[in-house]
Amino acid sequence: MADDFSTIMIEQIDRLLGQHVNKDVLVRSERGEWQDDLWQVVSEAGVPYAMVAEASGGLGLAAGEVMKLIRRMGYSALPLPLAETMVANYLLTEAGGSLLDGPATLMSAVNNDGIAITFGNAGATLNGVIRHVPWGGDVGHVVTFARGRGGEGYLLHLKRDMIAVSRRRRNVAYEPRDDLKFDGVHLPPEAVLKAPAALRDAGLLPYIAAIRIQQMVGGMERALDFALTYANERVQFGRPIGKFQAVQHMLAVAAGHFAAASATADAVAESNGFATDLFPIAVAKSRCGDAAGHVAATCHQVHGAMGFTHEHSLHFTTRRLWSWRDEGGSESYWDEWLGRKISALGGEAVWPVVTGSRHL
Amino acid sequence: MKAFRFEALSLPPGAQAMRERVRAFLEDERAHRRFAAHRSSWATFDPEFSRRAAEAGFVGMTWPKEYGGGEYSNLERFVVTEEMLAAGAPAGAHWIADRQSGPQILKYGSERARATILPRIAAGECYFGIGMSEPDSGSDLAAVRTRGVQVDGGWLINGAKIWTSNAHRVHYLIVLARTSAAEQDRHAGMTQFVVPTDATGIEIRPIFNIAGGHEFNEVFFKDVFVPDDMLIGQPGEGWMHVTGELAFERAGPDRFMSDIRLLVELISKVGNTPTERQAIAIGRCVAQLSALRRMSASIAALLERGERPATEAALVKDVGTAFEREIPEMVRKIIPSQPSLDDDDELSQALAHVLLHAPSFTLRGGTPEILRGMISRGLGLR
Repeated sequence: MADDFSTIMIEQIDRLLGQHVNKDVLVRSERGEWQDDLWQVVSEAGVPYAMVAEASGGLGLAAGEVMKLIRRMGYSALPLPLAETMVANYLLTEAGGSLLDGPATLMSAVNNDGIAITFGNAGATLNGVIRHVPWGGDVGHVVTFARGRGGEGYLLHLKRDMIAVSRRRRNVAYEPRDDLKFDGVHLPPEAVLKAPAALRDAGLLPYIAAIRIQQMVGGMERALDFALTYANERVQFGRPIGKFQAVQHMLAVAAGHFAAASATADAVAESNGFATDLFPIAVAKSRCGDAAGHVAATCHQVHGAMGFTHEHSLHFTTRRLWSWRDEGGSESYWDEWLGRKISALGGEAVWPVVTGSRHL
Repeated sequence: MKAFRFEALSLPPGAQAMRERVRAFLEDERAHRRFAAHRSSWATFDPEFSRRAAEAGFVGMTWPKEYGGGEYSNLERFVVTEEMLAAGAPAGAHWIADRQSGPQILKYGSERARATILPRIAAGECYFGIGMSEPDSGSDLAAVRTRGVQVDGGWLINGAKIWTSNAHRVHYLIVLARTSAAEQDRHAGMTQFVVPTDATGIEIRPIFNIAGGHEFNEVFFKDVFVPDDMLIGQPGEGWMHVTGELAFERAGPDRFMSDIRLLVELISKVGNTPTERQAIAIGRCVAQLSALRRMSASIAALLERGERPATEAALVKDVGTAFEREIPEMVRKIIPSQPSLDDDDELSQALAHVLLHAPSFTLRGGTPEILRGMISRGLGLR
């Protein structure tokens, strides 16, 4: 798809989010109310199908452009599983399935070991529990990955009537993160698709990581916007607090974290496919998660007690940063993955891997 | 705020070939044990290495052929620079001349300066030091008191410089001096001079560092004559040259790769089956290194296109040198080690070497305290 089109698309979505995602919507969402009007707005703009190939009825946006869209969703703290739905539609259509008629989510245990699939004469049976599924109790469709006995990968399309919510919970941003239970659920053949090759190594975890990476970069940009504006407005000791060197240096350090995180998220957006190459995902999830904690802490410090009130909107962003860094694999999960891969190759492999002349 | 954009560096066709060439050169150097990678870096002064690197075409790479250069692009030079750093090459003799003094002479020097000096730098035979800091002028560079007074056919320099790395073994210093009184604009009235270290009236006294090494010096100038054609640009342009072009050197890979060999040694020592704690610590470092490399490479590409991302460049140095300082602290936490320069164990030596040099990482080329002021300006706080 042409760059012009995606630029227009991103501007349009950004405008829609700016208009419709406000404090009232966020507060109601956090009370547990599904924001259907908001869903209709983004749905009518075609966003859920943005990544799907044109031949399959989508807009055919490239993975890197979709990542930019997701970054804007993170900036606005959009309280919907829109990024998850975009990726679900993309993966299903790539696997030969059809477009979904509404919101969906991606389900992955950190090690893909939460569910087991067994094949019988009339389809397959699913057993197990997966915890902390984003919006798991709200959506009509769940897309997940499972392996057969021979290790072959399947993409499963689970509909509402197959899903039992065993426990509703929320992350610290009060976004739904529900436990889903499958107790001998029968899956018809059309629900079990051969997984695209890209999922073979790590299933859906890197896809969720890629979404959270871009959301975190958007969220950090928003938090810093809040903090820089506040630092230039709030006057103490006769001048804006942003004129004090202690405050300046704190924000400069936070900007460094943000810049490094942005650089890794840009690398993810430019890599092949949506989350096919695991090295940039591991690097970015680690670096962005680390940065998110620093940036959130600094932006709160700059706002003083005001930023600790529910009245001020900073918390909608910072609570998301604290949540997203642990979803799709935390820093230590991906650091360990990366550390083991590098160690297996030996010290002299570090530089060739970092410069892309050797692959993990 | 302005979101940062760090585009991928797409290297020109020649750069990959250049990477292979420099890797082959460095492998040959190491195969013949011509340098000890675990305890050397771009600050290690080794004229023999510099001469061999120059002979292989890796010094003065971007300069015109008539001045001994190779007429390569900045991105080809970028590749050579980062490969030298990754290998721990002892490139300290030619580093400053190649990185900043030579380019300044090429751009703002006289024809005589270009013709007599640049080919010798490119041959790996002529080295430079930076004469900026003074006893009363460190971070506050505009406070320099060394004076240049115009005389018949040139200038007389009087004053003192300090922390002058390698003054006792380089051929020239580029000296920043005040050439007219500071008026309202204290940045006006300064000029840079190219001064040979064997000029009459120069006295060099050593200052030993905490590692016991002699890199620093104090340099005294008493009526040192500099001819008119050994100025960098015009009188009064000193501040512009010092801050302008050099600001972008801050984004170079030497700002986050000074102790990369310690990371390499650590991984080799840990072996193929790290513990969970070791794997996490190593992975975290590789992630940070990757982020910095992306930032630095992206800025190199912007510079090549003529853009001037000053805030981003300052950010690379601030984040990069903080990362360099973190590596030795991480190493000692995940592997039992007693750092010692006398140990046979290479990791123990490397750790000792880095610990004793690490304080300089966040001093040379502008402290984080100064950089954060510049970043704050970029963020709209000053």
